Parts: sequence; structure tokens; C-alpha cells
Amino acid sequence: MAATGAVMLLYLVAHMLGNLKIFFGPDDLNGYAAWLRTVGQPFLGHAWFLWIARVVLLASVVGHGVAAYQLSRRDLAARPQKYARRRARSSYATRTMRWGGVILALFIVWHILDLTTLTVNPRAEEGHPYQNVVASFSTWYGGGIYIVAMLAVGLHVRHGFWSAAQTLGVNNARRDRVLKATANVLALVLTAGFLAVPVAVMIGAVK
Amino acid sequence: MNLTLRIWRQAGPDDPGGFSTYRVGDISPDMSFLEMLDTLNETLALRGEEPVAFDHDCREGICGACGMVIDGQAHGPQPTTTCQLHMRHFEDGATVDVEPWRAAAFPVVKDLVVDRSALDRVIGAGGYITAPTGSAPEAHATPVPKEAADAAFEHAACIGCGACVAACPNGSAMLFTAAKVVHLNLLPQGAPERSSRVRGMVGAMDAEDFGGCTNTGECATACPKGIPLSAISALNREFLRGTLR
Ligand code: SF4
Ligand code: FES
Repeated sequence: MAATGAVMLLYLVAHMLGNLKIFFGPDDLNGYAAWLRTVGQPFLGHAWFLWIARVVLLASVVGHGVAAYQLSRRDLAARPQKYARRRARSSYATRTMRWGGVILALFIVWHILDLTTLTVNPRAEEGHPYQNVVASFSTWYGGGIYIVAMLAVGLHVRHGFWSAAQTLGVNNARRDRVLKATANVLALVLTAGFLAVPVAVMIGAVK
Repeated sequence: MNLTLRIWRQAGPDDPGGFSTYRVGDISPDMSFLEMLDTLNETLALRGEEPVAFDHDCREGICGACGMVIDGQAHGPQPTTTCQLHMRHFEDGATVDVEPWRAAAFPVVKDLVVDRSALDRVIGAGGYITAPTGSAPEAHATPVPKEAADAAFEHAACIGCGACVAACPNGSAMLFTAAKVVHLNLLPQGAPERSSRVRGMVGAMDAEDFGGCTNTGECATACPKGIPLSAISALNREFLRGTLR
């Protein structure tokens, strides 16, 4: 879970930073998207880099999901009889990892249909991500789904980052506070960075 | 003080069990929770009813026998063992729920008594050092760095009560296993078996019906001995080291 999560987290940071190009105007974002297809050329062919990234990401998502499923099965079986009364003493982010993860998996499908394959995009103009993004976020559901999902990303990263450090054995009593603070900052920056785009579209700052 | 207790009663492992309600009066705030249960059991015995079975031994917080879940928290509202929990932490007239540890790895024997021998099997898989016994060795024969001695002592404080398993939403025994692995792997006496210990104990833990760790941290919050959550990270580190080499 930790290794696949780390891959996806790195990708999220890059994705969030790339998204912010939208604030520099249509040419900047569309140019950036076109450039992504040329990364690695001439060693790699056109869009190969993108496809390699997609394969790695798909493997990570599937690996993460399968591990989560297996772990959850085992964890639920370990407490066949529930407590009549239980006081949860862990954070909200920690308690919502499973359902948050399910929400994120569903969102990824929606997000690809919306802005990669353009199947459900209201504008669906190939090679014009700027225009497609604005069109998607101009609908109440497009913006709404995205905002909910990004809040879920923030919560997931908040527990996930620190938890991965635990799993990989890099935490200790001294580093604990730094790692928790890093997790909080990462979660906040990612969520704020991702949310900036739909919010800007909704208030008309980006059109 | 007067309390209403809702206590889990279960005649044996195969009995489905259920809650029974009892009223206990005349409770002194200075009583421990177990002494309060003793008072209840005396009245039950006088009435010819079956007393509530619960585990206990030292009654001074060092044996780890006395686990039960009180109002949804392992060992109750204070960070201590049930035998060291005083009645002054409860409100007069309150209703208190008392349940056994709930975990597939800890089957109920009777009422509040569970079988924690799964933890013994984890210890049996490496939670010791192999050393010739006999007269005590000279204390300075093996120098131990102060830092290692302190950290080892902190982790050696685990009393095997199982509250970590009971509190964990996944019924995982990671904190317990971590405490013992860290304790012994930090010391020169434990060094020769460093790798086989962690592999053996984690293997034994996985072979029992414990769940897997998702780092919820509820174990360390519930632990009456303050075993830190970072022990789990250290266990993972030892495990990676022990399996990679
Ligand atoms: S780690 Fe703490 S809660 Fe778990 S068995 Fe040891 S003393 Fe009890
Ligand atoms: S009876 Fe020994 S720890 Fe409570």
C-alpha cells in the first residue's frame, strides 16, 4: 500500500502543479498538454512518456486497490463480533480511508471519462484541455464531483503519507511530529491547489 | 456511589451470550473497578446466582490479566489497567457497559474472560533470547549504550494485556509484537537472533487470527503502558531488514 501510494502521491503533486498552468491562459495550458506528449523524444516516440506514466499509474491504482481489499477482508474477519459500544479514538482522516478510497476510485473513472477520453465532457474538443476543463467545471455536477473528490484526496493523503512512513519503517519518536506536519501540509497544498481550478471557473476568474 | 452495569454474560465459548443489567450500590470512589465487580459478585453469590467471571491476578497493573472493555474503551476511561482504574472516574448514577475483548484471535472463555494464548504463541516464536542459564552474568560483561537501554526498557514495559488488539478496529497485534521485537532487538543480548526473531514473531502473528495494521493508532492510545506507536514503524524497519538480508 505504501509503495503504490507513494507513486500516486508523486504523480498527484506533478498533476496539481501542471493544473495551475490554467491560470496562465489557454495557450499555456494547451501548450503544456501538447508538450507532455513530446517528453522523451526523440528517444521515445510521440506520447510514449504519457503512456508509460499511464501504465505505471494503472498498475499502482490496481495494486493499491487489491492490497486494500485483501487487508480489509482480513481486518474485518479479525473482529467477527462487534462491540456493543465503541468509542473511536482515531482521526477522521484515518477512519475514512476505506470509503474515501472507494470514492477516489470512482472519481478516477469519472475524471478519465470527462477529461481524457472526453466521453462525458460537455465540450469534448480534442487537444483543447483548457476549454474542456472550463466546460466541465461550468456544470454543477462537474464542479461538484471534483470538489468532493479533492476533499477526499486531502483526507486520504493526510493519513496515507504518515501511514506509509510507518509501514516503510522510516518513522521514529523524533521524526513523528515532522512527518505528521508534512502530511498535513501536503494534504492542504494538494487540496488547495486542485480546488483552485474549479473554484476559479465557478466564480468566473477562468473562462 | 451507585452504578448500573450492563455486563456481557456468556456461559461458555459456544453460548451466544448477551448483556445483563445489574445495579451496584455503596461503591466507594476509592475502589478499583475490579473491587467494584467483587462487590457485585458477592451479592450475586448471596442471591445464588453465578458470579461474573473476569480475569485478574496481580491487581497492581503489572500482569496484564485484567482486560475488559468499559464504555467502549479498552481498560476504561483512564490510560491504565482495569485493576488500577478507580471508581472516582465514573459519575454517580451512570450506566456502564462492560464487554470482553472482541477479537477472532481472543475467543471468549466465559463472561469477560478471553483466551489470549495467541499472544503467547507470538512470544514463543522469538520473543526471548537464547542464552545459557545459570548464575547471573557480571553486570558489566556486556556494555549497553544508555540510549538503547532506555528505549529497550520503554518497550519492555508491555504486559501482554491485549488492549492494543481489543482497541484496534482491525484486531491487529502489531503493537504487542512491535514492543517485544524492539525491546530485544535493541540490546546486544538480542542481536544474534535479530533477524530470525522478527521473522518468526511476525510469521506467528500472521498465522493467528489477528487483522493487519492500518496505522490507526488506537492501540497506542489504549495501551496502559504507553508503548509508543513509533514501535510499529521500528518493527516494520526490523522486518524489512530481517527479510532483505
Ligand atoms: S502493547 Fe500495550 S496494550 Fe498491547 S499488550 Fe502490551 S501493554 Fe497491553
Ligand atoms: S490484574 Fe494484573 S494488571 Fe490488572
